[in-house]
Amino acid sequence: MALDKHGIAKRIAKELKDGFYVNLGIGIPTLVANYIPEDMEVTLQSENGLLGIGPFPEPDEVDPDLINAGKQTITAMPGAAFFDSSASFAMIRGGHIDLTVLGAFEVSEKGDIASWKIPGKLVKGMGGAMDLVAAAKNIIVATTHADKDGKSKLLKQCTLPLTGVNCVKRIITDLAVVDVTEEGFRLMERAPGVGIEEIRAATEGTLIVEGEIPEMDI
Amino acid sequence: MNKVVEDANEAIRGITDNMTIMFGGFGLCGIPENCIKALAATNIRGLTCISNNAGVDDFGLGVLLAKHQMKKMMASYVGENKEFERQLLSGELEVELIPQGTLAERIRAGGAGIPAFYVPAGYGTEVQGDKEVREFSGKMHLMEMGITADFAIVKAKYGDTRGNLIYNKTANNFNQAMASAGRITIAEVEELVPYGTLDPNQIHTPGIYVQRIFQGTNYEKRIEFRMTRS
Repeated sequence: MALDKHGIAKRIAKELKDGFYVNLGIGIPTLVANYIPEDMEVTLQSENGLLGIGPFPEPDEVDPDLINAGKQTITAMPGAAFFDSSASFAMIRGGHIDLTVLGAFEVSEKGDIASWKIPGKLVKGMGGAMDLVAAAKNIIVATTHADKDGKSKLLKQCTLPLTGVNCVKRIITDLAVVDVTEEGFRLMERAPGVGIEEIRAATEGTLIVEGEIPEMDI
Repeated sequence: MNKVVEDANEAIRGITDNMTIMFGGFGLCGIPENCIKALAATNIRGLTCISNNAGVDDFGLGVLLAKHQMKKMMASYVGENKEFERQLLSGELEVELIPQGTLAERIRAGGAGIPAFYVPAGYGTEVQGDKEVREFSGKMHLMEMGITADFAIVKAKYGDTRGNLIYNKTANNFNQAMASAGRITIAEVEELVPYGTLDPNQIHTPGIYVQRIFQGTNYEKRIEFRMTRS
């Protein structure tokens, strides 16, 4: 059965390592914070100038000077650090973030990503997404495999305006874990109960399926 | 040296039509509320506004937008503002969307005397345009330019009478870099103290960057998305 957004977040959390500094984009990626293993120390970076994002505040803790990149009120963990925007993106661009997780409208088999603009419908701006994908050493896209009309989001070539080129390494969807390789998309894992044919049908780009494809362990 | 002015109205003296103004803030966090309100009460028009976001329809920079005082906006994200979309589509407003990190660095570089620099963000996207492209260590970069403004308007928590500023938590965001990049920098602060009060180790913006400072009043500090644990 296809995973729900929490299932996708749970599988992404398996990519975390102790001591990682991580940037989570808005949408499904933020849910990954709920599945960080108890015994693992992971520090979340907020592009607007915070290392050490904490949980949402209690009502009497709400502070208008303390928000995340999605402009939601948050808290800061013990051991957190505040800094300005130029320092925040210096941290990102300088390759210091261990893992970046973000959503997408489309990903191509060459690792291009389109996530910020739908011409005529959504032209709000790219925010920090282009900086994140251009600089990150480890990018995971969290997305449904197809859109709500059943159209594949894993394409030969993106049709929408690009956020970055040649930058996505791994895509974790409601159906599968897919890596981007020289030869195209490579199927690495299936969601529990999901068959190869269902994944093939939902993948418009080149999909390499070699050997036994294990189920996700979540 | 007297940098202290009475209020926002006095602080914005000398801002005229068609100037380029930087506004600190991320969303509604750390925005110079008093100065924005003061500008909205004038007839100044044709402004080029540089800010990460455009406020919401009835607060922050959205207010300048609603009064048609903006000719051009340079920002990284303008999502929370419907009037913005309308003016953009009608052609009333020119918009330059800039990746947030590039925007922050352009401003920092402008204040730091760096005319141009290379970054990877935007390569292969519409942001590339006809910018100069160069490869470094096998990776493609775009040449971006430093930017300065006629006025930079910043908001801090603490400021002293010499213009030294301390920001609070995520209300720093673009304020720190912008303070260095205005020909004239105006600082509105929640608490104005005599110089010598602030710990020199804690200063984010040394007073050299600030030309005018005043004690702000009646901060609304509106929250866009109030999320709580319960």
